[in-house]
Amino acid sequence: MKNLKKSIDVPEKAMNAVFALCGFLAVAFVLVITVFLVISGIPAIGKIGITDFLFGTTWASTAAQPQYGILPFILTSVLGTAGAIVIGVPIGLMCAVYLAKMSVGKSTAVVRTAVDLLSGIPSVVYGLLGMIIIVPLVREIFDLPDGANLFSAIIVLAVMILPSVISVSETAIKAVPKEYEEASLALGATKTETVFKVVLPAAKSGILTAVVLGIGRAIGEAMAVMMVAGNVANMPKLFQSVRFLTTAVASEMSYSSGLQRQALFSIALVLFVFIMIINLILNFVVKRGDSNE
Amino acid sequence: MNSAISKKRRVKTAVLNVLVYICAGIMCLMLTGIIGYILVRGIPHITFGLLTSKPSLINDTAGILPNILNTLYIIIMTLAAVLPIGVGAAVYLNEYATNKRIVRIIELAAETLSGIPSIIYGLAGMLIFVQFFSLGTSLIAGALTLAVMTLPTIIKTTQESLKTVPNGYREGALGLGAGKWHMIRTTVLPSAIDGIVTGCILSIGRIVGESAALLFTAGMANEILGIGESVMPGKAGSTLTVALYMYAKERGEFDTAFSIAAILLILTLIINLAAKLAAKKLRRKEN
Repeated sequence: MKNLKKSIDVPEKAMNAVFALCGFLAVAFVLVITVFLVISGIPAIGKIGITDFLFGTTWASTAAQPQYGILPFILTSVLGTAGAIVIGVPIGLMCAVYLAKMSVGKSTAVVRTAVDLLSGIPSVVYGLLGMIIIVPLVREIFDLPDGANLFSAIIVLAVMILPSVISVSETAIKAVPKEYEEASLALGATKTETVFKVVLPAAKSGILTAVVLGIGRAIGEAMAVMMVAGNVANMPKLFQSVRFLTTAVASEMSYSSGLQRQALFSIALVLFVFIMIINLILNFVVKRGDSNE
Repeated sequence: MNSAISKKRRVKTAVLNVLVYICAGIMCLMLTGIIGYILVRGIPHITFGLLTSKPSLINDTAGILPNILNTLYIIIMTLAAVLPIGVGAAVYLNEYATNKRIVRIIELAAETLSGIPSIIYGLAGMLIFVQFFSLGTSLIAGALTLAVMTLPTIIKTTQESLKTVPNGYREGALGLGAGKWHMIRTTVLPSAIDGIVTGCILSIGRIVGESAALLFTAGMANEILGIGESVMPGKAGSTLTVALYMYAKERGEFDTAFSIAAILLILTLIINLAAKLAAKKLRRKEN
């Protein structure tokens, strides 16, 4: 008995501690990432001045008189994301409605496989396709000197957020109780009317989650955008070459130094703050959705 | 029946229906378009020489063997780093943790990690692994960065699988006198293996497709590295995705870029298929 107790106790306690450590590593990673980004992001903001940095309209990091205003990047990221949402969410929602309510037999599997595969395609491949197909197309259609602009980026981003928007809203639509639908049908509404006037409003919080997730994906996308947006630090216009927050960090990092490099870290910090706000909203939306049920 | 519905309502219903079908059609067309285009442009340029050599400026030949190897190395190193931690965390959440608040905090941390975009991981990885731990721009730094990035996936799939292990197994093992760790090792983990496998497959999918997080951590070198060299600090190397980016954006060599894209696409298809099979197996167990 004594033997047994001993043989259990020591490894038991040790393993308990090991597993707890693994669990808390996730928390530690979040903290470490935050600390490193804040520590490296703050100095440049201090030197440049927070208003000049956030609201300055000129980014000229390599000029003789360098200027570090990131308002163009912030606005580009916000507008680009908004554009992607405006185009991607309605299409995604319709597709989710199809998958959840209207498809029959094999067609469900076909469309779902398409959605799954689209979500697995690497972002550089989307970027490559954007470069080769979308950019020349935009140049031709709108008769521009160069098709690498905000509009092309919006198209590529809209495609890229589609899979996550679709799968999250499909889950939300499917979670709506059947009784709602039955009641609506019994009152004489058509199936389509029921879906759009009863089911979708009831799935509101899940769809909102899908939208917020889409925002998070769009605002954080770097490589594909880098390949199609033209990458010039202009104030955003639909048919002008622009730079996003993500691409601002990525495009200059490899050759940057001194204050310019620090400023890039500050941009990353701004992006990180954006993402954290989106995460908070996501948690808030998801939680409120749960408590409603 | 239909006459009871006004014309306006009928038109509206029809329009919405058509829109729904069009959107579903767009998805399928887009996928076939993308796959077809990439394969048509990429496959003809995939040659034996491309797959088995490194790029040579003297002979002016392209080669992606280093990138294929680097991708493999990074997959293996990332999984080696993330699996113990991720599975351990899931076991802790599901088997050990009794305090609801602690569980919530860890789950929140995992959710936060999964929401961080890869470019931020790249930057944080550069600051932490490349500079702070002075690993230099290297495959190992890239792999560690990706390990943090894929941690939430492993935790989540393992946890889901652990939840399907019947409590009877645990009670049976404990009743036979096994300690908790013994029970987890011999009963719970083996029953949860398919969830862990699913997590691995999903993680491999993310690793294969990842580029922004690797650009500044694993670097852009195109040298062939031996297995021993690949884990050394300071040994940089680009994966297939990073190489694709360099060929397309920096050098304008679209033929090579498209052949890499075709390879990536085929890998994506395989991984997707594998994930589906694993998920199916998991679901069968749940029922």
